[in-house]
Amino acid sequence: MQKPFKIGLEAHDLACQRGGRTLFQGLHFALAPGEALLVSGPNGAGKTSLLRQIAGLLPLASGQLAVPGAAPDTPLPELCHYVGHSDAAKSALSVRENLAFWADFFGRDGRSLNEALDAFGLTPLANLPAGLLSAGQKRKLALSRLFAASRPIWLLDEPSVSLDAASVARLDDALRGHLKAGGIAVVSSHLPLKTMFARKLALGLERAA
Amino acid sequence: MSPARALLVRDVKLAWREGGSIGVALGFYLVVVVITPLGLGPDLALLARIAPGILWIGLLLAALLSAGRIFDNDYEDGTLDVLATGPLPLSIVAGAKCFAHWLTTGIPLVLLAPILGLLLNLRPSSIISLVLAMLAGTPAVSFLAGIGASLTLGLRRSGLLIALLVVPLYVPVLIFGVSATTPYVTGPSSLWQPLFILCALSLASIVLAPIAAAAALRTALR
Repeated sequence: MQKPFKIGLEAHDLACQRGGRTLFQGLHFALAPGEALLVSGPNGAGKTSLLRQIAGLLPLASGQLAVPGAAPDTPLPELCHYVGHSDAAKSALSVRENLAFWADFFGRDGRSLNEALDAFGLTPLANLPAGLLSAGQKRKLALSRLFAASRPIWLLDEPSVSLDAASVARLDDALRGHLKAGGIAVVSSHLPLKTMFARKLALGLERAA
Repeated sequence: MSPARALLVRDVKLAWREGGSIGVALGFYLVVVVITPLGLGPDLALLARIAPGILWIGLLLAALLSAGRIFDNDYEDGTLDVLATGPLPLSIVAGAKCFAHWLTTGIPLVLLAPILGLLLNLRPSSIISLVLAMLAGTPAVSFLAGIGASLTLGLRRSGLLIALLVVPLYVPVLIFGVSATTPYVTGPSSLWQPLFILCALSLASIVLAPIAAAAALRTALR
């Protein structure tokens, strides 16, 4: 059994600019271990941009992100699992090879690959080339990455897109298990998830008002 | 398995499985070399003189043809996003991918070159120096191609643009590559000098090109 995570995530006065346009500014939130943040807002409000900022893919226009409790020399992106719109699945590799690569790349931490395959019920498809998977199955493969290596912060961008009801329930279970272990999740989603979100953030309201 | 090695193994496996890219580079090399004697006529002495140059130019073009593959696929399917959150600095990621390109494109092209040399009446005595020079020079070819590939990420039909960006950087490799294979021009002792310069060019590219490519990748991810 893995050790519980003990880190938080704080944003101070965060702002994001895309193409000269300010998407959001003055954003504050603080997440304690075991808390999740639900990001909502209309299309183009900056949900994906916020997640990419936390993952270190987009520069911060202003403000800062802090990770209380983390070792000072660990950069924030290395604590994050980012599951974006694209599934990062290689069609020429089998489902198992795809996951094995991510487990090796992130550094194996004792968890077996079968466990990661099983998390979203991909075990029967393990030897199938990822190119043959449906959109929903590819999404499950991307989400299985969360279990290929253990990282405290999950950044999920519309994770439930193209998932069937049973898989959404599995996602809910996965999120709850992660939060129970002290992990943090930042999720942007239109579909209602059963997970209890400690914090909610609605983007794009200031422009609407 | 270390992260860098996992990435390298995956890229080699993908290049092998997808097959097409290696095959296209080798086929292109073959075609370029085959049509040259047809255009120049059956002057064996002339062919022997220009054989190293043609073999080098063909190799550079064939390597450029497959350069887009270094980062394009990973950029399009979102893999690059995830690689950027990994434990490796982006420059090491870029370096591993360029190295995989050398293993899967550079080395097969080098192995094909002496066979194609037969079509150009390459002197048998030049074969060893040709292969040595190409082995020493092709790492620079792959790593410099990585700079072009990373700068043109996300652009349509980036292939020609890569060529425009990278061919000027190939000029020293071409000059010293050809002069290593034609030692009779400048005297018998001159194989090693160009060979060492090629090694230096490759080593410098291996160190510097991933840093440049990583900076370009960062911009592309935004």
